[in-house]
Amino acid sequence: MTQEELKIKITEILPEATIEEGGDWPSFDLPAEKWLTAAETLRQQASLQMDFLFCLTCIDWKTHLTMVYHLRSTTSQQNIVIKIKLDTAKPEIESVAHIWRTAEFHEREVYEMFGVNFLHHPDLRLLILPDGWEGKNPLRKDFEDPVNMIKL
Amino acid sequence: MYRTTEIVNQEEGQPLEDGDMIINVGPQHPATHGVLHLVITLNGETIKKVEPHLGYIHRSIEKMCESLSYRQFIYVTSRMDYLSAHINNHACALCVEKGLEVEIPPRAQVIRVLMDELTRIASHELWWGAMAMDLGAFTPFFYAFRERESINDIMEETCGARLTMNYNVPGGVMHDLHPNFQKRVKDFIQLYKKKIHEYDEMVTGNIIFQNRMKNVGVLSAADAISYGCTGPTARGSGVSCDVRKHFPYEIYNQISFDEVLETQGDSYARYLVRIKEMQQSIRIIEQLIDNIPEGDFLTKTKAVLKLPKGEFYSQVETARGELGVYIVSEGGSTPYRIKFRSPGFSNLSVLDHIARGSKIGDLVAMMGTLDLVIPDIDR
Repeated sequence: MTQEELKIKITEILPEATIEEGGDWPSFDLPAEKWLTAAETLRQQASLQMDFLFCLTCIDWKTHLTMVYHLRSTTSQQNIVIKIKLDTAKPEIESVAHIWRTAEFHEREVYEMFGVNFLHHPDLRLLILPDGWEGKNPLRKDFEDPVNMIKL
Repeated sequence: MYRTTEIVNQEEGQPLEDGDMIINVGPQHPATHGVLHLVITLNGETIKKVEPHLGYIHRSIEKMCESLSYRQFIYVTSRMDYLSAHINNHACALCVEKGLEVEIPPRAQVIRVLMDELTRIASHELWWGAMAMDLGAFTPFFYAFRERESINDIMEETCGARLTMNYNVPGGVMHDLHPNFQKRVKDFIQLYKKKIHEYDEMVTGNIIFQNRMKNVGVLSAADAISYGCTGPTARGSGVSCDVRKHFPYEIYNQISFDEVLETQGDSYARYLVRIKEMQQSIRIIEQLIDNIPEGDFLTKTKAVLKLPKGEFYSQVETARGELGVYIVSEGGSTPYRIKFRSPGFSNLSVLDHIARGSKIGDLVAMMGTLDLVIPDIDR
């Protein structure tokens, strides 16, 4: 399956996904409320089998946050990218930790670094930041730490 | 706003049953090889839960990179997985080159691959010694360092540093090879071939080690994929995931080498994968050492690098698994956002799953064969 065929196939299966141009791999924008069902489809659909979530992260665009999911099928070795826009004031998205177990740790990291709330996550709490951390989320663009941060 | 450990234990964590106890391993513990803190719930000797607490060596490298230029940020990544420092640099250089659309000269490609494989051997050597030490044998550590030292000497002569090499720059490598390089690498291969049987006699075929590693920490192929395991950890469970084979970079598609796969999924399988991988690395070096092309070692690039607006992802196979570098650029001279997909982070997440139900004494054998490097996990 070429990348073009994959793009067509995914837009057929997920009609709400819009193709985003650029990047090495087929990239799709999804609305946040459709993510959970889309994730289950991507994982289980026999012709796709996106069983390997190899990168999960978030980008702070100041006006909004974007969740980025990099998925791979270990059978066909195809990669796709899913992007979901979130509201900066109240970022919420469904957790996919029950579909890809690796998401549990990655979502905890995004939770503390960006303040994204993952609904129905099995164990959503701090992973890297010290217990009792109060203050802003370190990887947000408006984070300032006058003591520990080195700016060049 | 945040739930902390204490609150979880008091309010909604599972209540401890009769005879349960909680013990802390680390953050300062010889078997964690760094500052990793494990909170283990035990019933007698049986593990009920392992909960890693991270962040003791978190330097927020991703945030730091946002204020560094595309030439500078590569040096910071040597401090992530310090045993695969050269391969980390390689991943970053590849990603920047992808954005700049720069072709690097054949000589630089071969040098990079040679150094990658030397780094991989050095990393596996250290793992072998440290893992044997975790299981109670001190001698293998010295044997491993004997060979590793000669690799470090080659590194020192070539790059000026033994551990944090910083040899890769966007466009190639920083400077040409030392005139002694070929001779010293050949000497090392000879030394390695003369000594490698000692490894097998001392540990691989040793019944005590085998009993401690076989059927310990069994990880199925489906779980390895679901938990995002890569590298020898996943290949020990029979998951074919070698980036050098599936998404070849530089000249890996022109070299003949085998992807080592074992199917048992236990600690011994992961052990065998790493031992056999060292021999494959020797095979790669032997093919290349006499065929280093002449020519430039560096493509000239501009003094100030600016990546076009967009996003770039590159992945390489480090000694621990798949390292991904994800750069989001706004067109400026510094990255807007960088994410490092580190192999150790995902490999650690599987520890709780494979440790449940086994004895506390086996935990060290599992951690040893997951080959955790803590700065790589915390970043």
